[in-house]
Amino acid sequence: MTILTRDAIDPGALIAAVSAPERGGIACFVGAVRDHHEGRGVVGLEYSAYDAMADAVAAAILAEAESRWPVAVALRHRLGPVPIGEAAVVVAAAGGHRDEAFAACRYVIEEVKRRVPIWKRERYVDGSEAWVDPTAAGGLHPVRDDGTVS
Amino acid sequence: MPSIPVLLFARYADLLGTSRVELPLTDGCTVADLVRHLRSLPGGEAIPERPFVAVNMVQVDASHRPQPGDEVALLPPMAGG
Repeated sequence: MTILTRDAIDPGALIAAVSAPERGGIACFVGAVRDHHEGRGVVGLEYSAYDAMADAVAAAILAEAESRWPVAVALRHRLGPVPIGEAAVVVAAAGGHRDEAFAACRYVIEEVKRRVPIWKRERYVDGSEAWVDPTAAGGLHPVRDDGTVS
Repeated sequence: MPSIPVLLFARYADLLGTSRVELPLTDGCTVADLVRHLRSLPGGEAIPERPFVAVNMVQVDASHRPQPGDEVALLPPMAGG
């Protein structure tokens, strides 16, 4: 089972996957592609991953959440080009009540961003591109016109 | 001398112009030694001295000693979500 997909993600399908009669609290987080970054207009982006490790780390994160709270959690992340406004990542967490659902959902998205080997290359309105790097000054590594990177 | 595959992703693959290199695995070779080798290749100087490195898909520190048959991967800072 992989969390990675090149197709549009349906949050309803994830919610259905974690729903059960005894789970009355369901939290769903959708991370959508936004049209700006660091003050620049974004026209599109592309995700890539170390697929096998991404799945292994994601499985560990989901197991951590399900052992820490009485919940069932589902996760999907897009790969390849994703248009503005579409879901890049979706987390659904369902438990008996809202507290554990919100907590588990928050835990999973934060750990995914921190630990899962997925990368993002953005295209801007001026035609330039950059690799997103949360640790870099300005958060980006520009891609030069000749395709090389800084 | 045995060699070891090193996988490169995203910006690091762009920097070196390839997604996989085979490096010699010298006796006692550490992750730091492999990174030093990569940084000496054309384009590799922009790779940080202490990048995230995974061996067999588990993150390790610079003193880790990969073994023949291991899969080493250099990971740019994660940017998912």
